[in-house]
Amino acid sequence: MKALKLSQSPDNAIGSLLKYLFEQNKISAAFVLCKNNSRDYFYGLITDKNLLEKITPTTPIMPSSAGKMLSKLTMLEPLTSPIAVVLRPCEMRAFYELIKLEQARPDNILFISFTCKGVISIKESKDGFEEKIEAYQKNPATELTLPGLRQCCQICENFVPENADIILPLIEKNDLNNTTFLIKTEKAEDFVQGFEAETVEEELNDTEISKIKEKRARKKAEVFANITPDKLGMKGLIDIFGRCLNCHACGRACPICYCNLCYFDSADSEVGPKAYEAETETKGAYRLPANTIFYHIGRMIHISLSCIGCGMCTDVCPVSIPVGTIFTRVAESAQEVFKYIPGRNIEEKIPILTFKINEFEEIGEE
Amino acid sequence: MEQTFNPRIIGFLCNWCSYAGADLAGVSRLQMPPSIIPIRVMCSSRVDPLFILTALLRGSDAVLVAGCHPGDCHYQYGNYHTRRRIVLFNKIFETLGLETDRVRLAWVSASEGGRYRDVVTQFTEHIKEKGPNPLKKEIFL
Repeated sequence: MKALKLSQSPDNAIGSLLKYLFEQNKISAAFVLCKNNSRDYFYGLITDKNLLEKITPTTPIMPSSAGKMLSKLTMLEPLTSPIAVVLRPCEMRAFYELIKLEQARPDNILFISFTCKGVISIKESKDGFEEKIEAYQKNPATELTLPGLRQCCQICENFVPENADIILPLIEKNDLNNTTFLIKTEKAEDFVQGFEAETVEEELNDTEISKIKEKRARKKAEVFANITPDKLGMKGLIDIFGRCLNCHACGRACPICYCNLCYFDSADSEVGPKAYEAETETKGAYRLPANTIFYHIGRMIHISLSCIGCGMCTDVCPVSIPVGTIFTRVAESAQEVFKYIPGRNIEEKIPILTFKINEFEEIGEE
Repeated sequence: MEQTFNPRIIGFLCNWCSYAGADLAGVSRLQMPPSIIPIRVMCSSRVDPLFILTALLRGSDAVLVAGCHPGDCHYQYGNYHTRRRIVLFNKIFETLGLETDRVRLAWVSASEGGRYRDVVTQFTEHIKEKGPNPLKKEIFL
């Protein structure tokens, strides 16, 4: 694969590339993680190349899912002029799922992504955050015990952005002074034509990647061993979700949960006398806030096939419920049934939106 | 005196096949346990998995979803979607360690009054053996 090599840090190299694309009028805007004040991180759509100094795309923080933010920009109509987007692999997969759900459009977007080491929880964005970032950048990706790393990132095996146009191999190199852009698609080649950099031939380092995958798979097995069906059950679920406030922040932050008029926020979910009397008749008491378990299982039913395991839900939970871990577990088993990997292929339909005539034929016949 | 347990089963019956099948079972005077609380839906694919979840969490003992046989759907493909949804629902319940055999999908055509009776009888027997839905007693759910 053709690759461009620069002796700059990843952030600066991405900045140089975006600057070049701006100067050549190849893009009208860049959608990148930015930093304003000391700990003010956010996704920004930049149109003025002088503001590129604000970008910090490889800082390990996910203030919101870029996939969801990007869908906000493209939901009503496709982009009219090309933009470059720098995002993490899971965010890109989320964006692909949103395209399938007709909540976003892929036109006129140049995807730049990198092999991802994971992000630090938003909750850590307080005193000591800078040291954590430093420790993160120094440590190789095989290190899973980095302070503050999201649990969902520690068990993520899909850290290679298969569908991006330009990939930066960061995870297997951990080199802060040199950056390589792997030019994966023809579209990307058109964009980078004329960009001044050393041209080399390079591939992703598969041995190193599979090593990291293996390590994370082991960690995943370890984590999932605590949430097996016999340890859950309704009792286990109440233990885990019992402290839920019903704030629905997990759904708000989830890139896949896109409904503006969520069923669980609707009047149908209000609990007037009709709702509680039916239950108090047999039970003698009623729990408030109501429907918390209902909300979580309901959300699993809605999104588990598309869940890309980003861990936003865990990150935003005010009472520290490991929402993402449970969801990833459920998602994995649901996706396994339909042999579906979310975000892998833009042409592939979400299993619940399609069917095969000859499948599951034993169901309903007995 | 010990009361015998009579399951309450929510039955979602599709308007074109299963509801007519149940009707036929009735007018043919076939004997079956009075455990089903029928809800008529235009198609079995109208049954949002959340309906099933609501029924179970609020204490119904089981849920029966019945629709036209594959290939016979009044809307051509609705029941294939139902089938996938039930598979997904059961998989999620299984992963969470909840009981999956309280939800059943059955294909019953408009002419199969006898099959409707068999499905209801068999399902009711099964739930009777299992006992009441434990979530019914779960106060703080």
